[in-house]
Amino acid sequence: MSNRVIGQNGPVALTFHTLLTVFILAPLIVVILVSLSDKGYISMPFDGASLRWYREILRAPELLSAFLLSIRLGIASATLASAVAMPAALAIARYRFVGRDGLMAFFMSPMMIPHVVLGIAFLRFFSIMAWTGSFAALVLVHMLIVTPFSLRLTLAAVIGLDRSAEHAARSLGASRFVAFRRTLLPLILPGVAGGWVLAFIQSFDDVTMTIFVATPSTTTLPVALYNRITQSSDPITTSVSTVMIIGAIFFMFSLDRMVGLNNVLIGKRTG
Amino acid sequence: MTRSDFGQNSVPWLLSMPAFALFLGLLAVPMALTAVLSFNAFDGMRGIQPGFSLTNYVAILSDGYYYELFLRTGTMAFGVTIICIIIGVPETLILARMRPAWQGTFFVVILGPLLISVVVRTLGWQILLSREGPVNSILIRLHLVDHPIQLLFSMAGVIIVLTHVLLPFMIIAVWSALQRLDTQVSHAARSLGAGALTTFGRITLPQLMPGILSGAIIVFTLSASAFATPAIIGGRRVKVVTTAIYDEFLNSMNWPLGAAIAVLLLLGIVFVVVGSNQLTERKFKQVFA
Amino acid sequence: MSKLSLRGLSKIYGNKFQAVRDLSLEVEGGEFVSLLGPSGCGKTTTLQMIAGFVAPTAGSVAVEGRDMTHVAPEKRDMGVVFQSYALFPHMTVSQNIGFGLEMRRMKRTQLQDRVNEAISMVRLFGLEGRYPSQLSGGQRQRVAIARVLAIRPRVLLLDEPMSNLDAKLRAEMHVELRTLQRRLGITTILVTHDQVEAMTMSDRIAVMTNGSIAQLGTPQEVYDKPASEFAFRFLGHTNVVTGEITSRNDCSAVVRVGSASFSIEIGKNHTSTDIKLLVRPERLRIGAADDCKAKGRISTRLFLGGLWIYEIDSDIGQMRVAAQNMGDAQPQEGETVGINWNAGDLQAIALEMTND
Repeated sequence: MSNRVIGQNGPVALTFHTLLTVFILAPLIVVILVSLSDKGYISMPFDGASLRWYREILRAPELLSAFLLSIRLGIASATLASAVAMPAALAIARYRFVGRDGLMAFFMSPMMIPHVVLGIAFLRFFSIMAWTGSFAALVLVHMLIVTPFSLRLTLAAVIGLDRSAEHAARSLGASRFVAFRRTLLPLILPGVAGGWVLAFIQSFDDVTMTIFVATPSTTTLPVALYNRITQSSDPITTSVSTVMIIGAIFFMFSLDRMVGLNNVLIGKRTG
Repeated sequence: MTRSDFGQNSVPWLLSMPAFALFLGLLAVPMALTAVLSFNAFDGMRGIQPGFSLTNYVAILSDGYYYELFLRTGTMAFGVTIICIIIGVPETLILARMRPAWQGTFFVVILGPLLISVVVRTLGWQILLSREGPVNSILIRLHLVDHPIQLLFSMAGVIIVLTHVLLPFMIIAVWSALQRLDTQVSHAARSLGAGALTTFGRITLPQLMPGILSGAIIVFTLSASAFATPAIIGGRRVKVVTTAIYDEFLNSMNWPLGAAIAVLLLLGIVFVVVGSNQLTERKFKQVFA
Repeated sequence: MSKLSLRGLSKIYGNKFQAVRDLSLEVEGGEFVSLLGPSGCGKTTTLQMIAGFVAPTAGSVAVEGRDMTHVAPEKRDMGVVFQSYALFPHMTVSQNIGFGLEMRRMKRTQLQDRVNEAISMVRLFGLEGRYPSQLSGGQRQRVAIARVLAIRPRVLLLDEPMSNLDAKLRAEMHVELRTLQRRLGITTILVTHDQVEAMTMSDRIAVMTNGSIAQLGTPQEVYDKPASEFAFRFLGHTNVVTGEITSRNDCSAVVRVGSASFSIEIGKNHTSTDIKLLVRPERLRIGAADDCKAKGRISTRLFLGGLWIYEIDSDIGQMRVAAQNMGDAQPQEGETVGINWNAGDLQAIALEMTND
């Protein structure tokens, strides 16, 4: 109703908005278009389209293994992050204790520290610990940078919860753990799941930090893509990118289903 | 209230222990090691020299090259921030006035790209901004230029792409602030005699300032910390702090120097964030307590 | 010529929902009129159309004869006090109050005088430099009122401005606001769902339901002679009894309720042998069980300070009786008592008009 006073969007506003939307979508559309070209160099598919660059992906073992590595890495780090974020979220949401704010800031800090700085810190750390090239070590540092996302969504789910169901269960004789498992967990599961998906996406997409710790045997897809882009002008980068775009759209829908896209995107940070 | 709602110090710490231990070992320790590394000397032949030394910091602070580097990075970040404010604030207001169905769609369109890796988005821009690319073709077609302009490997190109990448953050910040406004307040202004424009300038905009500022801080720090975009779009011609760090670490192998630059970057960012927060708090505390 | 004139005002949302139906109302200068009704009855929409925040689908709004229907809100010279007060959070109390005067380009000294005058009218001394976030709810309301008084509007519109106050403060504000309005002679429209509020403050009440005015009259008229069951039910509590028609002619009938018989006017269309009658709790009297028109057992007894309320299971139905507290002994719960009334206190309602 207030719109009647504030006003509808006039033609100027709508033109501006349309131009902005074009600005936002242009690079993605270009990537998808170029990936459909049948030429051996970066070009538009307007005079010849084919799926050749998608077939090329199947003939590029380093890209395929990078893709698989990214998936495994994402699943592992998201799961680990969710596992440690859950008890931490409970602690922060429900207890007032000395150092709570500091702890929260500490857990959120990976979002504030430039990923380049994190990257070199981990690179140095790995070299001292002789962990360079270890997949497990990569999982650990990815877990670190995605935990803030999992924590934030899990925290939102826990805070938004009415405790009376739990209290009712306790008064009826359930132990604290049983009450948690039977009354709390089912209700926060969408938030936790949403946190998992967001963490997975962040891990999969990360390039700035991962570039520093990646080795030939532990190269993620974005890093492999980055290397190809900076070293050559190969159209295969566009077909790989299109696959990633499609994957992201798929995840967008599942995130929306789980927690509502608005809750995720408003208040989201990345580096 | 149950006992657990009040400071029983052991339980919350036990719950947070897994995360805390991991963060301590994998975040605090490596960061400390990096700080230590920045105080090591480096020898081209023999590598990292143990022992405390200030050579890296001296080298950076006495070399005009590094001042230029930080200045360039800061200016770039500032430019991106200003453009994001100029474009982002109007766009958020336009979004707010849309009908819910359209609003939802455009939210996905504008904020969705955040879920796509920055490499992919930057690749798209690399294609768009090339000399034979669509942008130049359109500019020539519209007779705005005679021959293709150099957008790749230029600061302009980097700023354009960073704006694209970081605009969603500004929109998110302004949108959150907009949601917290009481719509009746603008009605009140209108009923007291303020026209639509006056209402916006005197009533709505001042209330949005904290949100705009917080968005600006986010965009600024993320621009200054950005790597992939300046690396791909700027290349060798446009060097910023992050690509300089990359060079030291992965090309020159002078890790201590790289670490020192990184420490200075981190300090710079902390300074900007803390400083702006102090300013915001002092200015808006009494109003938005 | 009336100060505020609403003619045939209608508002339809999305071709389906009619919030306001053909509403007409003439308000005289200095009058205090309340739009009273439950939520969803269209009273707030009507107010918004008067203020100009919502455009009517049909009908007109005129002030002092000038048509305002399509005039922008900032040009209507009306003061609006909102439910949430809608203070400007980034301005001090003084700046809030002075805003309307700034918009009218008043000179600084004159502006300051008006602001001070408004502050003294609502007794907000000493708070001029504070921000809304530093004020209590009651103080914020006073700022909202001062803000509109300062511009001396032609019409004052109040949109449930007291619903956020606690009961005691609200009662005080009723008196204060009414006194202020009387003194300044500002034409005022109040939107509320609180019938006590409407009755306390208004010169006339427009009882609204389903987008139109069900009854318009002074508080006493609306309370004592409600024109519809809805009006009867909405203002004050009401008891329903079913009377048996023992004899009738065209326009009157003899009705029996309990052991009493009396005649009432009745509509020609009334065909059934029963008739529903409504009676106010304070019109029923408790008496001895043997000499009465109806009797029953007291199921619950409540003490309200100035009143006793009795819920009685009686032979004419569930009755609520209100008796003034005179300090004397009163019947207990469980006792059997008699109920009496005067014949004219039972009002018939047309069976067709059961809208709620």
